[in-house]
Amino acid sequence: MAFLAAKTESVGEPAVNIAIFAVFVVITLLIVLRASRTSRTATEYYAAGRAFDGRQNGIAISGDYLSAASFLGIAGAIAIYGYDGFMYSIGFLVAWLVALLLVAELLRNTGRFTLADVLSFRLRNTPVRTAAAISTLAVSFFYLLAQMAGAGGLVNLLLGVEGSAGQNITIAVVGLIMIVYVLVGGMKGTTWVQIIKAILLIAGAGLMTFWVLGQEGFNLSALLNDAAANAPKGEAVLEPGLQYGLNDTSKINFISLALALVLGTAGLPHVLMRFYTVPSSKEARRSVVWAIWVIGIFYLFTLVLGYGAMKLVGPERILAAPGKQNSAAPLLAYELGGTLLLGIIAAVAFATILAVVAGLTITASASFAHDVYSHVIKKGQMNADDEVRVARITAVVIGAVAVLGGIFAKDQNIAFLVALAFAVAASANLPTILYSLFWRRFNTRGALWSIYGGLISAIFLIVFSPTVSGKIDPKTGASLSMIKDTSVDFHWFPLENPGIISIPLAFFLGWLGTVTSREASDPARYAEMEVRSLTGAGAEKAVRH
Amino acid sequence: MSTTPTRPSGGSTYEEVQSSAEFAELKARFRRFVFPMTALFLAWYFLYVVLSAYAKDFMSTKVVGDINVGLIFGLLQFVSTFVITMLYARWADRELDPTAERLREHIEAGEVR
Repeated sequence: MAFLAAKTESVGEPAVNIAIFAVFVVITLLIVLRASRTSRTATEYYAAGRAFDGRQNGIAISGDYLSAASFLGIAGAIAIYGYDGFMYSIGFLVAWLVALLLVAELLRNTGRFTLADVLSFRLRNTPVRTAAAISTLAVSFFYLLAQMAGAGGLVNLLLGVEGSAGQNITIAVVGLIMIVYVLVGGMKGTTWVQIIKAILLIAGAGLMTFWVLGQEGFNLSALLNDAAANAPKGEAVLEPGLQYGLNDTSKINFISLALALVLGTAGLPHVLMRFYTVPSSKEARRSVVWAIWVIGIFYLFTLVLGYGAMKLVGPERILAAPGKQNSAAPLLAYELGGTLLLGIIAAVAFATILAVVAGLTITASASFAHDVYSHVIKKGQMNADDEVRVARITAVVIGAVAVLGGIFAKDQNIAFLVALAFAVAASANLPTILYSLFWRRFNTRGALWSIYGGLISAIFLIVFSPTVSGKIDPKTGASLSMIKDTSVDFHWFPLENPGIISIPLAFFLGWLGTVTSREASDPARYAEMEVRSLTGAGAEKAVRH
Repeated sequence: MSTTPTRPSGGSTYEEVQSSAEFAELKARFRRFVFPMTALFLAWYFLYVVLSAYAKDFMSTKVVGDINVGLIFGLLQFVSTFVITMLYARWADRELDPTAERLREHIEAGEVR
């Protein structure tokens, strides 16, 4: 391949990458500044005045959801493992049907700002709200850590920043810009950042997809053929099993992952919070329809990008690059369009991280200020202005924690943090959401057992899984776990993903807690919740300016 | 498993609406659509997942050029997701929204049938 011959040691021009990224930051900061004029009240700060329409919110949801793990991680997984990498795309997309059919509209109609609003609607407020806030903060924190660690890991390749100090500075800069977005622009500013990022991401991925396919005369089979020809494993990359088909344990692990992916999305607090930014459940429905189309089309692009990177860059060179698997998409951009396209894709990758961390930060800060501080600590005796002030302070604290955590975790395996976030969301959040929306009898003990049981079992099983200790690369003898010292091995749980145990367990505990509790469900509150959830009566309206 | 609460004579607006025939019909119509549809797409998704894990040879069968059964199944997951999305959106606009809106207006006007 002529492309490979022209390759030199350094990829791209860091100055170009940084310049394009700086343009993005300046433009988004200006937009955030404009949005700041209307982010004073709680409804404006947390929910952008509920004034976005379904199309805008759908695109923003895509921007919130398509994280660096989606863009760089999936393209890389397909470029290395072929078919098995594609399954992530499918799980992440099909999951949206759970949100569309069972959660989005009902949640929009019954809640105000947070997931805990819905879960505590007809149950005992203080304990359930506390539990929901803890699991919201846990999921957001793991997800945030993964994004920040990803940002640190990418700098080597994308911005030419070498060494630990450079990475730390980059993580700090990402954290600082994100804090400014959230602090100044609130949910409205964050939403616009996510919309712009989603459009850039789709445009960038779409351009590369057409470029790759164009070289093959728009023949997918020809692309697959050329990709397999350039892979050491040959045709096996077109078949299932390269990553997960080794033995029975890895197959069950794959099913466990598939379960967590499909049930995790509708339990992700930063995704759920976006439904409050539209004026009605009808617009929430339109949001999900838009999100499914945008996300689905993007994941179709990743299939071509992954096999394109396999063909034009090759799995061996990708694994030898500084960002390893994550560098597949940037390296492909460089092969296709040289320095300029690499600069654009690098900037898009950073914009992706920024938009996602901003969404996570506002969600976590809202949960702390609205649920923990205002409702649990101050028992609801607090005015909305003070609550927003607390939320802003919390956002700064969370930003600082994320920067420190990101610096600490920058050498860690980020896939495990994302898997953890999805497993916890699917175990701790989704069962309680579904029970409280659809099961009349459900009560406080059921909710607490399900949330805490799901949260604790998911984290506990991950701690004793091969993701944390004892996973060794059979070829090199190097550790593939979070703990790099191969002499430390305390894993006994064979699966890397706990979903297949922790999700059914959380559903079971929700049922068991409910039927063993003598607490009768409150018929009046249940009537209100059920009628509101289906009719939208009494739902929060948009703020008019 | 459910305990049917006796309808309180002086119950709230919400309880009156909840026990109205029109609301019961709305709820039943909603559940009759979303529960089977959820079961369907989950079954279809896990069929794909299980076949990928345990029926490697079948999934690796080539159909057209280098495109095999597994890839076609994967792409059909996209198709089914898009189709279910549009089916639900159109169905909900037509079958749910008018009734929901009527009930909402009754509740917010404070007059319940």
